[in-house]
Amino acid sequence: MTATEARPEAEAPEREIGRERRRKEDQRLITGRTRWTDNIQLPGMLHLAMVRSPFAHARITSIDTTEAKQSPNVVDVVTGQDLAETQGVLINAWPITPDQKTPTHLPVAIDRVAFAGEIVAVVVARSAAEARDAAELVDVEYDELPAALDLKEAAADTVLAHPDLGSNKSAYWVFDSGEAGTGGNVDEAIAQARESGGIVLEREYRQQRLIPAFMEPRSTVVDPTGEQLTVWSATQIPHILRFALAATTGIPESKLRVIAPDVGGGFGGKLQTTPEEWITVALARRTGKPVKYTETRSESLIAAHHGRDQWQKLTLAADREGNVTGLKVELLADLGAYVSLVGGGVPVLGAFMFNAIYKFPAYHFAVQTVLTNKTWTDAYRGAGRPEATFAIERLMDELAAEVGVDPLEIRERNWIKHEEFPFTTVAGLEYDSGNYEAATERAKEMFGYDELRAEQRRRRESGDPVQLGIGVSTFTEMCGLAPSRVLGQLDYGAGGWEHASVRMLATGKVEVVTGASAHGQGHETAFSQIVADRLGVPFEDVEVLHGDTQVAPKGLDTYGSRSLVVGGEALVKASDKVVEKAKTVAAHLLEASADDLDFSGGRFTVRGTDQGVAIQEIATAVFAAHNLPDGMEPSLDSDATFDPVNFNYPHGTHLCAMEIDTETGALHMRKYVCVDDIGNVINPLIVSGQVHGGLVQGIAQALWEEAVYDESGTLVSGSFVDYLLPTSADTISFEVDHTTTPSLTNTLGTKGVGEAGTIASTPAVVNAVVDAVRHLGITDIRMPCTPERVWRAIQDAGSGTEATTGAAAPHFDASTGMEGTVDRTAGAQDGAQQ
Amino acid sequence: MVRINLTVDGARVADDVEPRMLLVHYLREKLGKTGTVVGCDTSNCGACTVHLDGTSVKSCNVLAVQADGGEVTTIEGLAQDGQLHPVQEAFRECHGLQCGYCTPGMIMQSVDLLKDNPNPSEEEIRLGLEGNLCRCTGYHNIVRAVQHAAGAGASQVPGQTEAVQA
Amino acid sequence: MIPAQFDYLAPTTVEEALAALAQHGDEAKILAGGQSLLPVLRMRLNAPEMVIDLGKITSLRGVRDDGDAIVVGAMTQHSVVGSDPLVAEHAALVSKAVEHLADVQIRHRGTFGGALAHADPAGDLGAPALALGAQFVIQGPGGTRTVPAEEFFVDLFETAIGEDEILTEVRLPKHTGWGAHYEKFVRVAHQWPIVAVAAAVRLEGGTIAEARVGLTNMGNTPVRAHAVEQALVGQPATPDGVRDAAARAAEGTNPPSDLNGDADYRRHLATVLTRRAVLTAAGATG
Ligand SMILES: Cc1cc2nc3c(=O)[nH]c(=O)nc-3n(C[C@H](O)[C@H](O)[C@H](O)COP(=O)(O)OP(=O)(O)OC[C@H]3O[C@@H](n4cnc5c(N)ncnc54)[C@H](O)[C@@H]3O)c2cc1C
Ligand code: FES
Ligand code: FES
Repeated sequence: MTATEARPEAEAPEREIGRERRRKEDQRLITGRTRWTDNIQLPGMLHLAMVRSPFAHARITSIDTTEAKQSPNVVDVVTGQDLAETQGVLINAWPITPDQKTPTHLPVAIDRVAFAGEIVAVVVARSAAEARDAAELVDVEYDELPAALDLKEAAADTVLAHPDLGSNKSAYWVFDSGEAGTGGNVDEAIAQARESGGIVLEREYRQQRLIPAFMEPRSTVVDPTGEQLTVWSATQIPHILRFALAATTGIPESKLRVIAPDVGGGFGGKLQTTPEEWITVALARRTGKPVKYTETRSESLIAAHHGRDQWQKLTLAADREGNVTGLKVELLADLGAYVSLVGGGVPVLGAFMFNAIYKFPAYHFAVQTVLTNKTWTDAYRGAGRPEATFAIERLMDELAAEVGVDPLEIRERNWIKHEEFPFTTVAGLEYDSGNYEAATERAKEMFGYDELRAEQRRRRESGDPVQLGIGVSTFTEMCGLAPSRVLGQLDYGAGGWEHASVRMLATGKVEVVTGASAHGQGHETAFSQIVADRLGVPFEDVEVLHGDTQVAPKGLDTYGSRSLVVGGEALVKASDKVVEKAKTVAAHLLEASADDLDFSGGRFTVRGTDQGVAIQEIATAVFAAHNLPDGMEPSLDSDATFDPVNFNYPHGTHLCAMEIDTETGALHMRKYVCVDDIGNVINPLIVSGQVHGGLVQGIAQALWEEAVYDESGTLVSGSFVDYLLPTSADTISFEVDHTTTPSLTNTLGTKGVGEAGTIASTPAVVNAVVDAVRHLGITDIRMPCTPERVWRAIQDAGSGTEATTGAAAPHFDASTGMEGTVDRTAGAQDGAQQ
Repeated sequence: MVRINLTVDGARVADDVEPRMLLVHYLREKLGKTGTVVGCDTSNCGACTVHLDGTSVKSCNVLAVQADGGEVTTIEGLAQDGQLHPVQEAFRECHGLQCGYCTPGMIMQSVDLLKDNPNPSEEEIRLGLEGNLCRCTGYHNIVRAVQHAAGAGASQVPGQTEAVQA
Repeated sequence: MIPAQFDYLAPTTVEEALAALAQHGDEAKILAGGQSLLPVLRMRLNAPEMVIDLGKITSLRGVRDDGDAIVVGAMTQHSVVGSDPLVAEHAALVSKAVEHLADVQIRHRGTFGGALAHADPAGDLGAPALALGAQFVIQGPGGTRTVPAEEFFVDLFETAIGEDEILTEVRLPKHTGWGAHYEKFVRVAHQWPIVAVAAAVRLEGGTIAEARVGLTNMGNTPVRAHAVEQALVGQPATPDGVRDAAARAAEGTNPPSDLNGDADYRRHLATVLTRRAVLTAAGATG
């Protein structure tokens, strides 16, 4: 890893920031000394098993729990009716329009289920095995209702997902640059292009439904035996969970303690307040005993929220040279059965990113969110921005093909030049910094762009059965959610600040408390580096505490690549306050004026003398409090809450080479290069890890992953056998580098990195796939680009855009008589769901 | 209930278990060996990988009764005498983990892989880990870690590197 | 994730196992490596009252040379079969198929007999067994019978093994000196094949003298591609020599349509993979 530009403001030689520190958290994780929620065992603990609806849409006509209640060691079996209002309700924090249609979402359904997997009854037993045994005995009768499954059909209200709402259309949200005064009128730009012989591209892209598929299944333990009700949960958002529980169950917030212990991945998938959490709380209160619920993977795949799932209708206008004059975006976004925590906010987060790194004069964005009878959707790594980036980066490649120039050239014609920053975009955002030319130059060089283009030509000319494609993606994103004021303008239910405390202990050790709890991002290490530098104390002496509302009472948690840029900045501010307080004490102890003190490497020194005192010594002195300045509180501990004024805008250039076997449609990634500009880097090792992981998630959307439903609304990709996550054998090693333009919106000059890889890689891969076969007349291949779709596209010399067959083969059901959902009659028509 | 006797991480244990109890649940719930975790219900993810009689198995796909008389090594028994196993050390050194949930299984499978093939190519490493899913790392640094461990002679018995920090 | 309750027996001889089967009838289920049965039980797709574990019957393990055949004990793990020199020498097609079957951990537990008895049409061992003309040795209360591969695979997850019987070993006729290859097409590595082709050829000079081709996941059972085999005889082992024969691979097949591919795509794949498998088996490339 190298930075092509020197990083500014290198103060001390022994700086922690920028060092490839090995992670503090690893020692426990590599030896199995972990605290996953499911590890927790409490005296007398009871276990839950859920009874879930097999139907996508049905009226519950009766539930007979008699037999289940008699099963050994069953403590209770409850239905939605039994829990009634004690169960609380699940909330949507972001009604994107005042008239949004939001169906009531009860943790346990009472009279109607709206997706397959919805909970209708809960068994409480002394062991998880016995709870499951009894769950099999609960007898539920349903009256099946027609289900709204296909997104486009649902948008036309052919079948209603919630008949009482009268429509599936939940909210319609629009941004128009003409109206906002940030640009021109799109329809005029399009008309103008048509009249003047310019280019008008009309495309429709499908963002398939994905499943976050964090590796640790969700788990919740609730202990009602103390003064406060303690909730351990595998969540990204302990603070929001506490707030929402208090707001909807009547438990005072002060009587709730929420702990997110070790959390095994989230990627947005644990940015949710869930029925399972509400149910575990309700049953702990009802039984007065500690209660645990841990989902199985199958339950996780059907019930934890999904992501993406949009139809994108795009119209791009340009002049004949490919200078874009306008972009119009019309989205349909599938909410699933309920409006989740962020819900329709996800596509809205993308609204500001379709114009990406480009200078478009006119822009219009509209999204219709739609209710269907499928699993609810919400944030998944990137949330709204990958969808936007995909659309525009695919379009830029199409535009290049139309104009007949290299895709990098068409981008260069339209992007913001480095000397034009700060730049206010047509979506109204102010990009503070960036250098697209530098990142692209570096990426081309590492990739061997010209050589690969030459090889591509050779293969085309010789009619090689294996064709080569090169995909480009020059992305930016807005991250660091977020300025509270902006969130308020967008009607989000909360702010975007973050909180930190820094405590100097008597022995000179430092405790850092952050409201941004981690689930794999390495906060303990990166935050220790920041504080060690700021306070001049050893890295090892900094202890980072988080994820427990009693330890870190204030916070807004980890998502939207916000931890470092917002949470890190709060830490800087709190540390600086500690130093300020310590300075007063130092001046007092050194009998000098504070103005004459220098602070460096953890020591205050009197300028021009060899007199000095270490911050640790001051901490001890403050603890003793024997000799402090008059009127000073005996404490150095400081808090800070930081609310950014702007987002920050990482960007990068990603280049991907794909080989396509034209005989079978098989795809093989040959090379992947990315050069990201994420501002100053705290820990390059952690950053590269985030990039690699993000890349594979984005690549997986392009090539493998899809949540597929059958005609009756059953999720057929309902296990890891059919929901295809790539393995090590399916992926390659990446070539990763950075260019650096420090962000101007925070002291450290950092930009978010958590989502960059995911956002950029999907279009890079699909562009490469299409590029490999474009000469065969192909202009699009729908995601995931399966070998079958690629092969069909080649056969038809058109686009491989049919939906996936809604059926999966069984591998584990010998002698059950079940034959899965697979069509085994040759050549029969498939039952496909969009 | 069936009586089973086995050795887990060097300690002899005996218990009465239901025949239906999975080895992974036995380890976690009866023995408190919560270092080994469950990530799926179809035996695809490998998070539960342990060694049974010297070879790697998915402990969600073995009954505790089938392990009767056997010898089990989990992630918790890999470090010996306060010394990390070289593969553990390599995972830390190469940042081969993020959330850490797949890590016990990844490490146990990597140890198995290096035992059979002390100098694997990148392709052999990637194929050898195909039964272990990771959602965080993109596998890049996991592959590096195995290469690093191979270079450091991980195929030998545990225990040449740095002491385990308390 | 937790199976329903069952009772458990771990007999040490086949006779004891058969007696237990006879006693418990269709309430009982045989447990071999458990790599398919345990997921079934965990997902509660099946709930037998009695599980009879063959794991302690040592006579069912191992590979031996028996004249014109290699005999693989039903309880021999995939990893053992995969590294067995006898199998590699005389039934190389099986070694090749085992190499990419499932993943390392599953190959350590899953067994040769268990996989064949499970009879998943997407399983990797059926097509090679069929192509090589394997003989299945099945023991029951009335003694032992031997069933040829063509009769062994009956339907989806259904074999000729009776409810009171146990598959004890599989005889693989020696195909010494034959070239062999198993061409498996997947989207991700740990997946069952979308389609796979098992091909073994005997060359005389540069010409194919005999060929055996089996197809995986092209119907409810493994399929023998007789038309291809016949058309290959006498052809040179070159891309042009093999192409026309391979194009007949899908004849008479009845492949499924599912989220990994529709039937017509599978038929197409079968032809391409057959060509590649045959050429690789013959030591040529294509
Ligand atoms: C994640 C995963 C991926 C897999 N991928 C593949 C793959 O790519 N290709 C592939 O081929 N397989 C795959 N498998 C299946 C694997 O090969 C299994 O090992 C095999 O199918 C079953 O063998 P077993 O010994 O584990 O049998 P078990 O699971 O113990 O038994 C399977 C069935 O056969 C019966 N049975 C077993 N032995 C006998 C016997 N001797 N006599 C009578 N009946 C018997 C049992 O009663 C049961 O019904 C995969 C499995 C998993 C979990
Ligand atoms: S839990 Fe064992 S393989 Fe997933
Ligand atoms: S480190 Fe999180 S799943 Fe691998």
